[in-house]
Amino acid sequence: MNALTYESPGSLDEAVKMLAVANGDAKLLAGGTDLLVQLRMGMIQPKLIIDIKKIPELSGIKEENGGYRVGASVSGAVVGEHAGMVGAWPGVVEALELIGSTQIQGRATMGGNLCNGSPAADAVPAMIAADALCTIVGPNGRREAKVEDIITGPGKTSLANGEIVIDFFFPARPANSGDAYLRFIPRTEMDIAVVGAGVSLTLDDAGVCTAARVALGAVAPTQLVLEDGAAALIGSKLDGAAMEKLDAAARAACRPITDKRGTIEYRIKVAGVLARRAAKIAQQRAEG
Amino acid sequence: MAKMHVSTTVNGEPTEFLCEPQQTILDVLRDELRLTGSKEGCSTGDCGACSVTMDGRLVCSCLVLGAEAEGHEIETIEGMADGDTLHPLQQKFLERAALQCGICTPGFLIAAKSLLERNPNPSETEVRYWLAGNLCRCTGYDKIIRAVLECAADMRGASA
Repeated sequence: MNALTYESPGSLDEAVKMLAVANGDAKLLAGGTDLLVQLRMGMIQPKLIIDIKKIPELSGIKEENGGYRVGASVSGAVVGEHAGMVGAWPGVVEALELIGSTQIQGRATMGGNLCNGSPAADAVPAMIAADALCTIVGPNGRREAKVEDIITGPGKTSLANGEIVIDFFFPARPANSGDAYLRFIPRTEMDIAVVGAGVSLTLDDAGVCTAARVALGAVAPTQLVLEDGAAALIGSKLDGAAMEKLDAAARAACRPITDKRGTIEYRIKVAGVLARRAAKIAQQRAEG
Repeated sequence: MAKMHVSTTVNGEPTEFLCEPQQTILDVLRDELRLTGSKEGCSTGDCGACSVTMDGRLVCSCLVLGAEAEGHEIETIEGMADGDTLHPLQQKFLERAALQCGICTPGFLIAAKSLLERNPNPSETEVRYWLAGNLCRCTGYDKIIRAVLECAADMRGASA
């Protein structure tokens, strides 16, 4: 067994340097709810664990230009207790509160949920619907990326060797905006998504949808951004015809697998239903 | 690899220990500090038998490294009673037979205490969701939920 080392750098510079020196033999530790399981199961054998929770830039939630910047090591439970995030992004918050148990939510982070690269990650469709950006720091400096561009396949991300996701930015909300995330699982709690659907939208004073984003999880190797689904909502009051179009767009986009949680046919059907229901909840929240 | 030296607080007592980097705080509690009340069930964060609080936040101790405890405050089942006086939840679990084999009980008690500290008047649904990450394979859920609700009512009455 190769010896494992644990480090908890107090600065981003140190963490980036450690990651570069380790050259692929290091794993970042935030909440640890995936990492420690993978470690115990022998799925990964890193030589170095870099605990990123003592790095100031990765901690806390800050208001910025009317939006919110959430550190990548902030737990879901802390986001759920943040009045600003709950008020502006209830869909993102409810997605985080569907991840595992109370115990898991006390540790698990948005950064880990994204970088673990699961197609079924609950927070990710909600973050994509929110048009969230992430800041990435690595040996070549700092860059910003859309959350939707990070996961490239099961367990795979577009992050280059040595890069760290340090925070997420949720932009300011126009008036009459709302978001929602729905997940289907065969039981009530403590399971992995069969399908997840996130919707964020803005209405005008007459209740007509002027902007929308729709994202699906667990129905393809990566989360899906439904351009057609969003187009179906924009210009409508989410009437029956718009809902039919959204449903059809969701079903058409799905490329799911059959596994113990659901068949291909079932996932496709449920994707349409969840997209519609999430859109309706987002609409109600936008109407406030 | 030399062992790591960690300074932490366990049940209000400043505590120091040595641990390997891969050891969880559950391993440390049980094997180094001999606090064996926290149980190892699944070791993957699914069963809640190892529940403790870290800085007041409910966590699975099997998913926290011992090294991560540096500078933090851990509360375990051993710190729940006040000397010989049981916590009201412990007393209620006894009175209402909210346990059978007892393996899940410390985790349920820690998790229920954490709930009542945040929400002294939870609905049955709130109790069930909060405790969804604590598994009881003797299937005593109904008695556990009733004990928590009854204890919450008693504690509200006592503080009124």
